[in-house]
Amino acid sequence: MFAYLPQTDSELKEMLADIGAAGIDDLFADIPDKIRFKGRLDFETGKSELDVFRRLHGLAARNEAAVSFLGAGSYDHIIPSVVGALIGRTEFYTSYTPYQPEISQGVLQAIFEFQTLMCELTSLDVSNASLYDGHTAASEACALAVNSTRKADTILYSHTIHPNTKQVLSTYFNDLPVKLIEVPEKNGVMDVKAVKELIDSQVAALLVQSPNFYGFLEDYTGVADLLHGNKSLFIISSNPMSLGVLKSQGEWKADIAIGDTQPFGLSQYYGGPSVGYIAATEKLLRKIPGRIVGQTKDEDGKRAFVLTLQAREQHIKRERATSNICSNQALAALASTVYLSTVGKEGLKEISSLNMQKAHYLSGLVKDELKLPLYADQPFFNEFTIQLPGPARDICEKMEADGIFAGVPLNMLDSGYPENLLLTAVTEKRTKEEMDRFVESMKGALK
Amino acid sequence: MAIPEDLKFLKSHEWVRVDGNTAYVGISDYAQEELGDIVFVELPEIDDEFEAGEEVTNVESVKAASPIYAPVSGKIVKVNEALEDTPELVNQKPYEAFIYALELSKKSELEDLLSYSEYQKFLEDAE
Repeated sequence: MFAYLPQTDSELKEMLADIGAAGIDDLFADIPDKIRFKGRLDFETGKSELDVFRRLHGLAARNEAAVSFLGAGSYDHIIPSVVGALIGRTEFYTSYTPYQPEISQGVLQAIFEFQTLMCELTSLDVSNASLYDGHTAASEACALAVNSTRKADTILYSHTIHPNTKQVLSTYFNDLPVKLIEVPEKNGVMDVKAVKELIDSQVAALLVQSPNFYGFLEDYTGVADLLHGNKSLFIISSNPMSLGVLKSQGEWKADIAIGDTQPFGLSQYYGGPSVGYIAATEKLLRKIPGRIVGQTKDEDGKRAFVLTLQAREQHIKRERATSNICSNQALAALASTVYLSTVGKEGLKEISSLNMQKAHYLSGLVKDELKLPLYADQPFFNEFTIQLPGPARDICEKMEADGIFAGVPLNMLDSGYPENLLLTAVTEKRTKEEMDRFVESMKGALK
Repeated sequence: MAIPEDLKFLKSHEWVRVDGNTAYVGISDYAQEELGDIVFVELPEIDDEFEAGEEVTNVESVKAASPIYAPVSGKIVKVNEALEDTPELVNQKPYEAFIYALELSKKSELEDLLSYSEYQKFLEDAE
């Protein structure tokens, strides 16, 4: 398929003549004359290709590249070049929603694979074609819980979830009769005892995150039983990269698993786009929001894929819909699908393990050589929170001059956190040399 | 199609068959025709209580999702589990395939319901 289709003036004339139009203006004949804009639109007529390149390269050159230890939901992972090669194919890159299965089997199959991969990673039964991002997924999961339980109007969420998730939850439920109650933390993880005290008949679900915002792993032993005994749902948000080595949401007996697949094949992109995933038990299949692709047979008995269970969706349920989502992050989800297909099960285990090992190598140096304590003595996956002797922002600024992004000061995402806490992430992409440089740089910054 | 004369109806197309103190509820032939092929019937939870007019559950066809209301107040005592695997029974035998059954809490509410002929007239007037 061609990436660029030019049209000559004579082709344009021919097309207009074919539909009986004298000129382009005839195509706007239905717009009443008195509301038509008659002047010239105030923008430049265009620049040459070279001038455009010069301008854009100039802008790009103002970016500072540095070795990234940034995390907090968006990480610097290795992206195999096959990802770009496949998603860049025009059939995927510019295709629209696969409403017509007869011409969209490639797209539909790719989405079906994405859904299958999410189910396998989370150990749950059903998944959808993806959501906007992890924070949306969390809010949709809570909305699902509120809509599944007749009398319940309360959502419990852990203090240790990502601040952006808290913000989106608040926006989602702002004008609805839903109460959001925060479960406090204890020693860097959610206080499970506090959950026991907060549970009542009004609670639709508990939303937690592990690895949590500090990077620490949380122990949910007994939590699912506690919630299910109360007819409440258990929602766990997890960085899917951690599922390569750690216990999955399904294994914790969660009803709904959510998160963001940015670590799979997507660059940090200065913040987005990313991809939200949601997986759930079979029982909740007809309540999950968004698009779902199903496998079926065509009239010749051959395997085929279609959008299915569309009666859930907003355009059919209309005022009775429980979600307004009728789209998916198609291209970005495809990147994650290509990534996972490329590395495979064994590859993901290896990559996930490397993340954990490297993060522990650096944290070991931070503790032993820099004599800095972590925020709490808790296990972690690929990021951890350091207690610095002064404001984290100042240390980061100094280390930037050495070409290192040391991490995310927690109070940058939520001013309620102390200014001395720094969240540092180490992925499989970081080398020993880069980590040793980190330590040297921080040593200098601390003087 | 034989219409049992002891059925009562709602304008929202539910029918009711009373057996002692239990009210069996389903949807009319007109409703199943309008919905098209039914692919899913959500069954309510046993012991849940509803007031007359409250939405109890919903029925999904390929093209629509339709609410099913409680014609009378009561507590769910039975659901038609056959509909979990064969929802199309509602299309095939609308007056036999009940969806759920309520234990009546206010028997007098039955008087507010339409008879079959009143329901038929309502459908004719609506056209």
